[in-house]
Amino acid sequence: MKRLFFACLAVLAWATAGQAEGPLQDILQQHRALIEKPSRTSIGPAINDIASSGLPQAQSMLQAWEAKNLWQRDADGLFFIGKAAGAELTLTDVDTGEALAPVEKSAAEQLKPNAGVRKLISSALVQFQLSDPDETRRLQSLDSIARRPEADHLAPLQASIETEENGAIRARKERLVKLLSITFAETVGDRVAAIQGVSGDLNLEVRAALNPLLATTRKVTDQIPAGENVAKIMRLGKDLTEEQAYAVLVDAGFARPRVSPTALKDALAANITDGTVGGVPVANLTDLEARIRAYTALAEAGTVPPFVTDDEFREALRTHVIYDAYNEPNSDVTNAAKASLKAIDLNVSMNQAMDLGLDALSLASIYFLAAIGLAITFGVMGVINMAHGEFIMMGAYTGYVVQQFIPNHTLSLVVALPLAFIITFAAGVAMERLVIRKLYHRPLETLLATFGISIALQQLAKNIFGTQARPLTAPGWLDGAWVLNDVVSISFIRIAIFVLAVGFLCLFLFIMKKTRLGLETRAVTQNPRMASSMGINPDKVNMLTFGLGSGIAGIAGVAIGLFAKVTSELGNDYIVQSFMTVVVGGVGNIWGTLAGAAMIGTLQKGIEWLNPSNTLAAQTFMIIFIIIFIQFRPRGIVALKGRAAGD
Amino acid sequence: MGKSFIKNHPTLLIFLALLALFTLGVTIMSEAYGTAFISTSFVKTLGKTLCLCLVAIAMDVVWGYAGILSLGHFAFFGLGGYMVGMWLMYERTQEVVLRSLENQVIPPTETEISDAIATQIFGVVGSADFPLIWSFAHSLTLQLILVVAVPGLLALVFGWLAFRSRVTGVYLSILTQAMTLALALYLFQNDSGLRGNNGLSGLQNLPHVTAPQSEISMWFLWASAAALGLGYLFFTMMLTGKFGMVVKGIRDNEQRVRFLGYEVEHYKLFLFTVTAIVAAVAGALYYPQAGIINPAEIMPIASIYLAVWVAIGGRGRLYGAVIGAAFVSLLSTWFTGGQAPDIPLGFYTISWVDWWQVLLGISFVLVTLYAPKGIGGLFDLLKCKEVQK
Repeated sequence: MKRLFFACLAVLAWATAGQAEGPLQDILQQHRALIEKPSRTSIGPAINDIASSGLPQAQSMLQAWEAKNLWQRDADGLFFIGKAAGAELTLTDVDTGEALAPVEKSAAEQLKPNAGVRKLISSALVQFQLSDPDETRRLQSLDSIARRPEADHLAPLQASIETEENGAIRARKERLVKLLSITFAETVGDRVAAIQGVSGDLNLEVRAALNPLLATTRKVTDQIPAGENVAKIMRLGKDLTEEQAYAVLVDAGFARPRVSPTALKDALAANITDGTVGGVPVANLTDLEARIRAYTALAEAGTVPPFVTDDEFREALRTHVIYDAYNEPNSDVTNAAKASLKAIDLNVSMNQAMDLGLDALSLASIYFLAAIGLAITFGVMGVINMAHGEFIMMGAYTGYVVQQFIPNHTLSLVVALPLAFIITFAAGVAMERLVIRKLYHRPLETLLATFGISIALQQLAKNIFGTQARPLTAPGWLDGAWVLNDVVSISFIRIAIFVLAVGFLCLFLFIMKKTRLGLETRAVTQNPRMASSMGINPDKVNMLTFGLGSGIAGIAGVAIGLFAKVTSELGNDYIVQSFMTVVVGGVGNIWGTLAGAAMIGTLQKGIEWLNPSNTLAAQTFMIIFIIIFIQFRPRGIVALKGRAAGD
Repeated sequence: MGKSFIKNHPTLLIFLALLALFTLGVTIMSEAYGTAFISTSFVKTLGKTLCLCLVAIAMDVVWGYAGILSLGHFAFFGLGGYMVGMWLMYERTQEVVLRSLENQVIPPTETEISDAIATQIFGVVGSADFPLIWSFAHSLTLQLILVVAVPGLLALVFGWLAFRSRVTGVYLSILTQAMTLALALYLFQNDSGLRGNNGLSGLQNLPHVTAPQSEISMWFLWASAAALGLGYLFFTMMLTGKFGMVVKGIRDNEQRVRFLGYEVEHYKLFLFTVTAIVAAVAGALYYPQAGIINPAEIMPIASIYLAVWVAIGGRGRLYGAVIGAAFVSLLSTWFTGGQAPDIPLGFYTISWVDWWQVLLGISFVLVTLYAPKGIGGLFDLLKCKEVQK
C-alpha cells in the first residue's frame, strides 16, 4: 500500500510537472537522455516526435537547436532557448516564448549537437519551411531542395502539396516531387514511372536529375560479374585504340606499363658507364633505334625492366574486358532514363534549332539595320560611302552623350533617336555638298575620298572620347529576355532591334513609294537630266536622299550601341558586312538588302553552330562563301532587270 | 630596247641614279660602314620605307595603270612576310633549342628536337605540334619559293574568280577588301597555325649570323634598294610598248578594248598576280627589318593606306607611287613617333600623335578632290612651264 501510494505520488508529481511546463517541454523531457547526449544514429525518434507534434512552436525550437542556441537549466533539467550576452544568459521558454529573468551563464548548459545531428534537424525543418505562411520562404526552401536534393526531403514535400494554396508553388512542388522520386522513390517501379513521366521535358533540373543516373565507371576485368549493369563493352579499335586500352589495363594494375620514350631516356641516362650505355656509345644515341638497342642490352643484363613485348601486349588485351558500368545497379532504371533522355535530347535539339533560327533572325536584323542606310546611298544613288560605318558610330556616341545629360534611360533614348538622326543627317548633307557632289561620275574616287573622311572621323572620335569603350545603357524595360523554356530565349534588346528593322523597312518603302521625295529620288537616279527637265532639282534631291541614308545610319548606331561596345572602331566592324549585305542582296532593291541580310545572318549563325568555339572562323568562311556566291549571282540575290539595271 | 628605251624613259635613269645615291649616302652615314651619323633604328626605318615604296609601285601598276583599285595588296605583302618569317622563326628557334639541349646526358633525337621547337614556337597558342603548313619551314629555299607561290596563287585564284564574273570598279574594291578581312580574321585564330594574334616575332635575328644588328640592317637596306630598283625597272619595261598600251586602254575603256579583240580578263589577271607577287617580295624584305608580324598588320585599313600613299604621290606614274609612299610613311613615322612639336593653343594643345590621322584623312580628301594627280602632278606643272618658256 505504501509502495502504491508513493507510486501514485510520483505519477501525480510527474503529471503535474508536465502539465505545468507545456506540451513541447514535455516531449523534450520525454527524450531528455537522447537530447542531452545526441548521436546521429539514435536521435531520430526524438526529432520525429518534435517535428510531428504539430506544435507551432516546434519550428523555432528546432531552429534554435540547430543553431546551438538550446540550453538546459542545471537546476531542473528543463530546456530553454537561450541567448548569451557576456556572462549573462537570457532563457526563453520553448512553449510560450516568454523570456525569463537573466541568469548566470553557469546556471545552464549549452547543447551542442554535432554536424550529423544538425543535418537531421535541418531536414526535419524542411517540412516547416515548406508550409511556412510566407511565400518567399516556401520558394526559398524549394530552391534549396532543388539545389541539393536528399532522400529525406521527399516525404515532407509530398505531404506539403495538399495544403499548398498558391498554384505556381504547388506546380513547382509537384515537379520537385517528380524529380526527387527519380532518384529517391522507394520502389523501382515508382522510379521508372517518375522517369517516364519527365520524358521530353526541357527543364534543366530534369536533365540534372537524369544525367547522374547514367553516370558510368570504367572497369577492367577478365570476366564481367553477374548483376553488373553494363552500359557498354569497349571494342578494341572502335571505341578504344589498342594503346588507350592498354593504358587502362596498366592503370587498373592488370598489366605492366610500357616503356615511354622519356622513361627510356631516363633509364639510359641513369646507366651510363664509361661513355657507353649497354655497349652503345652515348654519342650514337641520337635515334630511337640505337636507344632501343641500348635499352634491350640493359634489360638483358637485368638493370632495367624489359620492354613489354608485342605478345605480352596482345595477350593482356585479349584476356581482359574493358567496359563501362552504370553506377546505378538497376537496369530498368537506367533503360528508362536512357529513353527519357533520348526523347529530351530530341526535343532539345528541335528547340535549339528554333533558338538558332531566332539568333539568325536577330543577327540578320542587325545587319539589315546597319545596311539599310547604305541601301539608300549605295543601292539607290550608287554612291559608295565608306564613312557609313562612322555615321553608325556617330549615332552611337550621340546616344552616349545624351545619356550623360539625361540620366533617365528611357527618356534619353527617346531624345537620342531623333537627335542621332538630325546629327548624322546634317553630317551626311555636309559631306554630300562638300565632297561627293564633286565626284558623282568617279565612283572609285568617291570611295577614296570617303575613306579619307572615315579615317579622319575615326581618329576624331578617338581624340574626343578616348580609346576605351563607352557604355550606352539600355533602359530597364529592355533588360532581360523573353524566356520560352530552358533552351529558347531571346533578349528584349534583340526583339527591339528586330522591330526597329521592320519599322525601317516600312519607312523606307513608304518614303520611296509614297512620298514626293521618293518619287523624285527614283526619277533622278534613273535619268537625272530628264528629271531636271521635269522641274526636279537633282542637286537638292541627291542631298536630301544622302542625308536620309546617313540619318538612318545614325539611328541604327543608337540601336547597335545598346548591345555592342561603343568605340571609335564601331563602324569598322560593320562596314564590310554592310556592303556585303547590299552587294549580295542586289544593288538598288530594298528586298534584296533584306534577303542579303537574312542570308548573311543565317549563314554566320549556321557556321558558328557547326563550329561554336570559333566566331572568327565563322566570319572567315562566310566572307569566302560570299566571294564564291558572287561568282554565280554577280548582281546579287534580287537582280534588277532591264533598263534599271544600268550599264 | 637599249638607247631608245632609256631615251623614252628619262625618269627611269634619274630614279635609279637617285636610288643608288641614296643607298650610298646611307651607307656612308651608317653606324656599321660609315660615320655613324644615323642610328641603326633609322636605317631600319629607311629600309622599311624602301619596301613600302616597292609595294606602292605594285599598287600603282594595278590601280594607276590598269584601273583595278585593289584593297588587298597589303594582304599579299603580309603573306610574303609570314612566309619568310616562318623560316626565320624556325631556324632561330632551332638554334636556341639545340643550344639548350647541348648539355643533356643523352644526345637528343631528331623527333625530340622537332618537338622542342614546336613547343617553343606554338606554346603561346597552346599547341605543341607543327601544323601542316610548317612542313617546309626548315628550308630557306622552299620557303622563299612559297613567298612567291602562296600570294601568287591566292591572287591567281581570287583574280580568276573575280575577273571571270566581270566584277569591276567599286565592287571589285569591296570584294578585295572582304578577301583581306577574311584572311586577317583567319590568321587571328589561334589554330590558324601561324600563332594567332601573337604573330611571328624575333624576325630581326638572322639565324647563324653573328653580325650585329647595325650590319644586318644595312644588308637589308641594300637588298631593299636593289629590289626597289629592279621592281621599278621591271614594271617600266613591262608597261612599255603594246602591253602597256593595252593595259592603259583597259583602264580608260574596258569595253572598247574587249571589242578590239583583247582578252581583257587575261591582262587583268596577269597584272593582278604579278603585282601581288611583287608585293609579297616587298613584304618578305620588310618584316625581317620590322622584327614582328601579326594579323593586325594586314587588316583592310593597311591596304587602304597603301591606296592613300599612291593617290597622294600621284597614280599612273611609278615615281609618284615611290614619292607618295616615302613621303607619307616617313611623315607618319615622324608625327606618330612623337617627334613633331605639339602646338599649344592655350585652351587646347594639339598633339600630333592624336591629330596626325585626322590631318592625313582630310588631306587625302583634299588631294582626291583638287589634285587627282597628287604630288607627281607638280612635275607636270614644272614641265608645262618649261615648255611655255
